[in-house]
Amino acid sequence: MESMLHITTLHYLVLGAALFLLGVIGVLTRRNVVIVLMSIELILNAVNLNLVAFSRMWGGLHGQVFAIFVITDAAAEAAVGLGILIAFFRNKETVNIDEVNLLKW
Amino acid sequence: MVIGGILVITRKNAVHSALALIVALLAQASLYLMLYAPFVAGVQIILYAGGIMVLFLFVIMLVSIERSMKERQFNSQWVVGTIAAVALGGLFIAVYAKGKNTFPEHALSVVEDTNTQEVAKLLYGQYMFAFEIASLLLLVAIIGAVVMAKKRI
Repeated sequence: MESMLHITTLHYLVLGAALFLLGVIGVLTRRNVVIVLMSIELILNAVNLNLVAFSRMWGGLHGQVFAIFVITDAAAEAAVGLGILIAFFRNKETVNIDEVNLLKW
Repeated sequence: MVIGGILVITRKNAVHSALALIVALLAQASLYLMLYAPFVAGVQIILYAGGIMVLFLFVIMLVSIERSMKERQFNSQWVVGTIAAVALGGLFIAVYAKGKNTFPEHALSVVEDTNTQEVAKLLYGQYMFAFEIASLLLLVAIIGAVVMAKKRI
């Protein structure tokens, strides 16, 4: 059992970075607005993972408290974003981002 | 969890993406348990996977997307987006490879079963102001969401 791989903080950080990259790709490349909002939730989750991993490394619980606040904030932002989406869908009958171009010059 | 994340961004059906995100959130809750944070894991399961994702599924069902499932699913600027994200990934790899020695090898022994009490001490003691501000934020978000989704103001 001596060759057992210790899961250090770096592993958690790399996983958080990978999730962050997946979320960024999802935000930048998808056309459906709902999937873009879900990718934003992925990004917030990656940040939470980083916070809790660092809280474990340093021993204090400040990172976990911050992570709770981030989850609360993500809930509020998801609610408002979906409200905007519903209002937008009522006007235009589509969930395409490419068609949100009324302010385009 | 990475598989869940990949499924979120590549599925054509939005319901499949939402279910993949629920899987990713539950996997993240188990990672929190590995990091000795049971309170955050419980909050994640109840709030995130049980509240926010249900809200997402409601809105997906409300917004009828059978028509959008037949269209193209990727953006008109997906090449630039992918290149930018890969560049960001390269930056991450460079930062982590450079600072690999700053992380301690052996983890601290913070094994205790009073995690919730300690989090509550911090939350209601030192971060009381942020707690009140967060509740105010939730109030504003509720009012905003209701106003946004009403038919007639």
